[in-house]
Amino acid sequence: MPVAGPEIAATRRDATAGTVGFSRTLRAAGLAVTTDRIQRLVEAMAALDPGRRDDVYWAGRLTVCAGPDDVPRYDAAFAAYFAGATSGQPRRAPLVRPASVPVGVEAPLADPGDPEGDEEVPAVAASASAVEVLRQRDIATLQGAERELLQRLLAVFDLPGEQRRSRRYRPAHRGRIDRARTVRELLHGGGEPVRLQYERHRHRPRRVVLLVDVSGSMSAYADALLRFAHAATRRRDVPTEVFTIGTRLTRVTREMAHRDSRTALAAAATAVPDWSGGTRLGVLLKEFLDRWGQRGVARGAIVVVLSDGWERGDAGLLGAQMERLSRLAHRVVWANPRKGHPGYAPLAAGMAAALPYVDDFVEGHSLAALEQLAKVVAARA
Amino acid sequence: MEPDPPRSPPRGLLPLGITDPEGLRARLEEHGYLADPGLATACFLALRLHRPLFLEGEAGVGKTEIAKTLATVLSAPLIRLQCYEGIDASQALYDWDFPRQLLHLRAAEAAGRAGDADALEAELYDRRFLLARPLLAALETTPSVLLVDEVDRADDEFEAFLLEVLSDFTVTVPELGTLRADVPPVVVVTSNRTREVHDALKRRCYYHWIDHPDFDREVAIVRRRVPQASARLAAQVAAAVQRLRAEDLFKPPGVAETLDWTEALIALGADQLDAELARATLGSVLKYREDQERARLLDVGALVARAVAGGG
Repeated sequence: MPVAGPEIAATRRDATAGTVGFSRTLRAAGLAVTTDRIQRLVEAMAALDPGRRDDVYWAGRLTVCAGPDDVPRYDAAFAAYFAGATSGQPRRAPLVRPASVPVGVEAPLADPGDPEGDEEVPAVAASASAVEVLRQRDIATLQGAERELLQRLLAVFDLPGEQRRSRRYRPAHRGRIDRARTVRELLHGGGEPVRLQYERHRHRPRRVVLLVDVSGSMSAYADALLRFAHAATRRRDVPTEVFTIGTRLTRVTREMAHRDSRTALAAAATAVPDWSGGTRLGVLLKEFLDRWGQRGVARGAIVVVLSDGWERGDAGLLGAQMERLSRLAHRVVWANPRKGHPGYAPLAAGMAAALPYVDDFVEGHSLAALEQLAKVVAARA
Repeated sequence: MEPDPPRSPPRGLLPLGITDPEGLRARLEEHGYLADPGLATACFLALRLHRPLFLEGEAGVGKTEIAKTLATVLSAPLIRLQCYEGIDASQALYDWDFPRQLLHLRAAEAAGRAGDADALEAELYDRRFLLARPLLAALETTPSVLLVDEVDRADDEFEAFLLEVLSDFTVTVPELGTLRADVPPVVVVTSNRTREVHDALKRRCYYHWIDHPDFDREVAIVRRRVPQASARLAAQVAAAVQRLRAEDLFKPPGVAETLDWTEALIALGADQLDAELARATLGSVLKYREDQERARLLDVGALVARAVAGGG
């Protein structure tokens, strides 16, 4: 019954043009705005009231955001676009993320004084932040033929995960009787008893979580370790998560998903704001556990910490968090490049506090050491 | 701004008389769910444009509850698919009832009809031997609300499979042909974010992150869901929970915990919160030993006293 009159068509055209401009701003803010998402956004706008700011806000947020981390970016882009600033957007999301309270909505969902938004985007400003070096590290500028060789070797690196028993079954020659398959076989034979079919639990690799320290004291190793992480992520059959720790916690799993290692590392370099800053291992480990680990990322996983254990904060906190991690994870592996140095003893306060909760303490300073680490992760050492 | 364009588009599954998100919000409230404007808009769009709703948030913020309430509002049955690791198509979609097929075969044999093999086989793969699991049941029930709960617990292969079913709402059974939903069900997918759900699935849905409610909404929720609670008790409990959430806890209490706590207090015959009662019933709010210890260190008494003074 509704016939689109000329004025509706005009509105729709305007709305579409506006939506495209808006989505460009969103994309600049770092949101994955795909064509089908734009289509969904236009549909949603048409179903709502495009004249109402709230309706436009929600139409966009419901169709474009894909996770709580996207919401502050969306809010910032929304506020910027509808304040008239359509160009000159920063290439990345703001480094200091606002709490997840919508900006620029007439009726905010949460009381601004309400601290509950904190648990999603915890405020991690602390002493080391003051000296945080927020600079974009260009990973492509690596010197020396040795480095190049190392990169090539790391690119073909293999990190198989340790196997765990899955709930699923697979056909096997021995094991428990596979009733469904036996009956299916029976039906084939017209109901005549045939051979019993068996099944066994399938085995799947455990999740591997890599926490890569990118602070100043680790700067000589960070590139190689991230390449190692990239090689580990590339194995599609092993679920792998990569985080960088320094003065902030950054999840770089998505960046690492690029097939090409150079693209992946460049993406990671853009995403990580705290190259060569200080280290706050305890605080960041806590943030990791609160935001990711406890919910399931660390559960039953092999968690590998690649760090020298140099803690500027409270070593007691690090110990407590390591204890928590060791209860969640299947195994905790700590790879410390300093361990490879002659005469090393785990005297750094952070390392000493963490050590009781580490299942495997390995080196990480050379390619051979990284190969050893891969074996430890796969429980084949 | 241009004047509103006239709105007479297809209603989708929206109940009669609901033309905007606010109307839906009010209807949800009548049925005991206090939704914020964002969630109401998401539900409105999901009903109107037949797209799944993807809800994420902390445990206990009401993700599952909204699906139940939507079912009540639409007077449609709620069909729930609880995901877990290792779930596969035969548990989610359909399965052949092998024992019954076998019985049928034996019965036919006994009746001396074993000769006509083709006819017998056609009989075996009949709809009546097909066990509809939640996804198929939802496609065959119109209208219905399909709740795919905790999709993050299932493996990622299952997600791809779900994507296939949810994108065109058809199921192909090789022996029977394609089964299609007359009207697609309302689909609510929830996730606790234990892992990142694949973007392809999210792209097909309206994504909404549910936050903990603010103080006023929480008081209203307690009053609505636990009618025996006095206004004073509801306000005190909500204030105390809001303060606990501000603390650095492993598992900040959700709305479900607030309601549990209120119910526990009422079961103890309390009409207001005090330090003694709070200490005794802390187990219904904080479910980690570390959190309880932390709360003890914080001095629950003082916290409750402040909550009572400030919120009541």
